[in-house]
Amino acid sequence: MVENRRFGDILSYVILTLGVLVLAFPVYLAFVASTWDAATIANGQLPIYPGGRMAENYYRVLFQGTGSSTRQPVGVMMFNSLVMALSIAIGKILISILSAYAIVYYRFPFRMAAFWIIFVTLMLPVEVRIYPTYKVVADLGLLDSYAGLSLPLIASATGTLLFRQFFMTIPDELLEASKIDGAGPYKFFVDTVLPLSMTTIAALFVIQFIYGWNQYLWPLLITTKDNMQTIVIGIKKMITTSDALTEWQLAMTTAVLALLPPVAVVIVMQRLFVRGLVETEK
Amino acid sequence: MEKRAIFSGQTLPYLLLLPQLAITILFFYWPASQAVWQSFLIEDAFGTSTQFVWFENYQSLLGNPEYYKAMSVTALFSTLVTVFSLSIALLLAAMADRQIRGALAFRTLLIWPYAVAPAIAGVLWLFMFQPSLGMVAQLLRRYGVDWNPLLNGNHAMTLVVMAAVWKQVSYNFLFFLAGLAAIPRSVIEAAAIDGARPWRRFWTIVFPLLSPTTFFLLVVNITYVFFETFGIIDAVTQGGPSKETTTLVYKVFSDGRLGGDLGGSAAQSVILLAMVVALTAVQFRYIERKVTY
Repeated sequence: MVENRRFGDILSYVILTLGVLVLAFPVYLAFVASTWDAATIANGQLPIYPGGRMAENYYRVLFQGTGSSTRQPVGVMMFNSLVMALSIAIGKILISILSAYAIVYYRFPFRMAAFWIIFVTLMLPVEVRIYPTYKVVADLGLLDSYAGLSLPLIASATGTLLFRQFFMTIPDELLEASKIDGAGPYKFFVDTVLPLSMTTIAALFVIQFIYGWNQYLWPLLITTKDNMQTIVIGIKKMITTSDALTEWQLAMTTAVLALLPPVAVVIVMQRLFVRGLVETEK
Repeated sequence: MEKRAIFSGQTLPYLLLLPQLAITILFFYWPASQAVWQSFLIEDAFGTSTQFVWFENYQSLLGNPEYYKAMSVTALFSTLVTVFSLSIALLLAAMADRQIRGALAFRTLLIWPYAVAPAIAGVLWLFMFQPSLGMVAQLLRRYGVDWNPLLNGNHAMTLVVMAAVWKQVSYNFLFFLAGLAAIPRSVIEAAAIDGARPWRRFWTIVFPLLSPTTFFLLVVNITYVFFETFGIIDAVTQGGPSKETTTLVYKVFSDGRLGGDLGGSAAQSVILLAMVVALTAVQFRYIERKVTY
């Protein structure tokens, strides 16, 4: 800093601490609510400190379910969310690294056309084509299946662009050297490109895992069976319109369980997360 | 930019491209073209016969006051969320960019809400502001505010805006922080030698140099409000009360599903699509010019 001013430093701390507290408060309150019983919350007397029902609430939500509204234990929903998030993240990385490899390391007719076909999809979020996509998935018989949950969300330009950009930075000399050593496209990919791409792959994985776990509109449309719901959908169904029926302590327990995995990923893999976020937005 | 060293081969590249192209065509181009086609059709109530009606769906859409209401709701919603989330994030980033102890810890503590699903963010805020049992709602009542987002449109809008801002601040913060870190210290030091105090330095030097970041975030935030906030609205208000929080995307969803008006819903999708393309075009224009200074 240019000048050393005590007042400025104190002001920074105060504002940053306020920011941290305001951001954390809704989640803290949800955690507190997940440790009390239904009556305390329904009477509007929720204290600001945790109660003693934590084990009971979490056990009931995870393994028994929440009664009338969702019928399935949240453990099942978390498993569905996990399968969906992993399929989207891994699927996206797989198909986009292959297509980027083809576009960067080969010359063939319609190469640029293929690139543009992929590129344009950057502009088509699921939300603008929901019903026609729903119909395609229904016609393929993929409703209420993991494939139906993840396949339509796997295709997008982000990954291809990212890998293409990265492959362009790999020096040509590496390929020339590999060729002299007699390596073909497969060997070059496995021995050279893949190891070099590890950080990019990991960064993309972190971003896409969060993206997949947090999907809402798509699973809402295509899952009709209770045992195929994801946790983000499940919690919405627990909040019934007639408030008297909402079991808030269980809904909040589910909310904590739903936000824990992606938040943990961000905190534990912060460096990769920041990198992925900045690079996928280029 | 092209590679000099390449592999020869004519079949393998197509095989490598096949999975991505197949999925893209099946789940992007085919449905998108179906949406365009459907927007020219009207289906009767039983779905037994369809009629090609040219632009009738668009005409009835543009003659419908509800559509304009959804437009103005979207405009208000995007403005509020963008302005608040950008200014709060800029304030926090400017504070975290100072060389204070624990800056990295603050970064960790400020970026995690990005990972919370919009629908979950909505549920968390709904719980605090639930009129009869919410903690903050009770506080508001004690101070004489007749808080009820279930009946009062302004209250409902305030609630969804708060949840949307809460989730978006961390994203903007991260990008502002990166933008601030890229500003050369020497420029700021030169201004300090000329006698400019921090406040003045910020507005005359730092803020203008941040304009590329700000502009980029502006576009990203508008896209965020348009699409990703669907989960917040569906979890908190379901577009109510009396459609006061029904945005354009929410209307596509509710008209197609609840109303069964697929042609009208498709016409809305196509208009939305045009808006996204326009936004993206603006963004690419900016990337080419990089907002010069």
